[in-house]
Amino acid sequence: MSSLLKIDDLVVEHRTPGRPVVRAVAGASLEVRAGEVVGLVGESGCGKSTLARAVVGLNRAASGSISFEGTPVTPLGLRRRTMTGVQMVFQDPYASLNPRRRVGDQIADGLRVAGDATSSPADLLERVGLPREFASRHPHEFSGGQRQRIAIARALAARPRLLIGDEPISALDASAQSQVATLMRDLAVSSGAGLLFISHDLSVVRLIADRIAVMYLGRIVEVGDTAEVWAEPRHPYTQALLGAIPKPDGMGVLPAELPGDVPDPADPPQGCRFHPRCPLVMDVCRVKEPEFGPVACWLHEPS
Amino acid sequence: MTLAITDLKVTIGGKDILRGVDLTLEPGRVHGLAGESGSGKTMTGLAVLGLLPHGSRVTGGIALEGRELLTLPPKELNKVRGGEVAMVFQDPATSLHPMLTVGRQLTEHMRHHLGLGRAEARDRAVELLRKVRIPGAEEAYRRYPHQFSGGMRQRIAIAVALACSPKVLIADEPTTALDVTVQAGVLRLLRGLCDELGLAVLLVTHDLGVMSAVADEVSVMKDGLVVETGPRSRVLREPDHPYTRTLLASLPDAEVS
Repeated sequence: MSSLLKIDDLVVEHRTPGRPVVRAVAGASLEVRAGEVVGLVGESGCGKSTLARAVVGLNRAASGSISFEGTPVTPLGLRRRTMTGVQMVFQDPYASLNPRRRVGDQIADGLRVAGDATSSPADLLERVGLPREFASRHPHEFSGGQRQRIAIARALAARPRLLIGDEPISALDASAQSQVATLMRDLAVSSGAGLLFISHDLSVVRLIADRIAVMYLGRIVEVGDTAEVWAEPRHPYTQALLGAIPKPDGMGVLPAELPGDVPDPADPPQGCRFHPRCPLVMDVCRVKEPEFGPVACWLHEPS
Repeated sequence: MTLAITDLKVTIGGKDILRGVDLTLEPGRVHGLAGESGSGKTMTGLAVLGLLPHGSRVTGGIALEGRELLTLPPKELNKVRGGEVAMVFQDPATSLHPMLTVGRQLTEHMRHHLGLGRAEARDRAVELLRKVRIPGAEEAYRRYPHQFSGGMRQRIAIAVALACSPKVLIADEPTTALDVTVQAGVLRLLRGLCDELGLAVLLVTHDLGVMSAVADEVSVMKDGLVVETGPRSRVLREPDHPYTRTLLASLPDAEVS
């Protein structure tokens, strides 16, 4: 499979006057191939969303490179977007849809971008499982799950080759979450597009992703096939994440707690970023950062 | 038994939301309430607090230590709400007031319900923040909700709920909005508080994993009815009702267990 999106050693910094520079993404590398669903997981505040925003050009890369179909991604200009092959579904459908325009008009924007004169907004609503006549309504008439479906329809209208979901399910009601996630997967795969799905909910990512990338404090610490990572997590952080998921076995076992909080990204720890919370910490972890893949941990150093 | 719900029926706009729910909560036990969305889990929780939407008709009985709550006059009910029965909601970002300090939100109802003085309420609030393990409780008292992470906010929301030493705590999807690593901590906290303070907890969740980790008794709801009730290990391992079996079978791990 050809590489659709290639992120190489990406660094994104947030600068606020009077505050230290925050390296939200500190050297992350990731690849998404055509027709593939990649799940990006990690605790809140680890830089997942910043990474996604950099991919669509909403955040400027401080160093490193992002390329989409071989062409480098440049920050979005004020007036015109040239790179319409990448579309994004945002976290909060209450904020990402324009409350004053009919949803059909908003979906039509996407169709116009793709130069698509044959399909109508109603067709797209049908594809995301909503009745055709909803096109003439305004966003406030819908529930959270319906709004997110509309946002997905709008993103798909532009015929993206890569769809990005930035926590698209976390603002939804618990039971609508897996429905919307599976819908995104099905629509992306059936149109041959790649999907980068960002979520902190591991059980949903497991359901839909072909590959999982685990992010911790601005770096990708482990990448692998979903089934493999799930069956045999290698990085201690991945192990802790998976160990924290309670199992429905009826035994009443409380899940293991990962001690400590995510450190301040403005002042990351020396050496391996995970070492202050790692149960298997060694001497080398405190001094040197493991800069290799697919498992960035000194226990799994490639020979 | 602390709280007994018998044959609770709720109708909103001619639609039957609950069609005869029976539940009992015991002190020191966590009662889990599972089911799909729209099955009436949340409505059951809200009915106990008399927080159902306007125009809803309620019949049946909700007895708190023998006192019938459904027929209680509003003034009496206000003493129960927040005092004897407290609630924790799904999203701590919206259930806490963004413009009031944590301390204010912790002491307001304490002073109202328990008639405590300012200094007394403050001491108790700081103690509560320590109990839910907020680091730097003294300082946290003066801060605002936005200065805390999601997990910490949910701990604060739990502290707010516990402030008046309630007998019953209703937790509606308390960990759904949190990271798994944080969820583990909040679940441990809930379990610990339940054991330590002898709370009767009604845990509403769609996550059977969460249910399995903390609940003692499990009830499964479908279309406004409780289809199965029993001890956790029996309901989750040898379910009687076909609906419980489908719920368990739909989990990704189904083939393993």
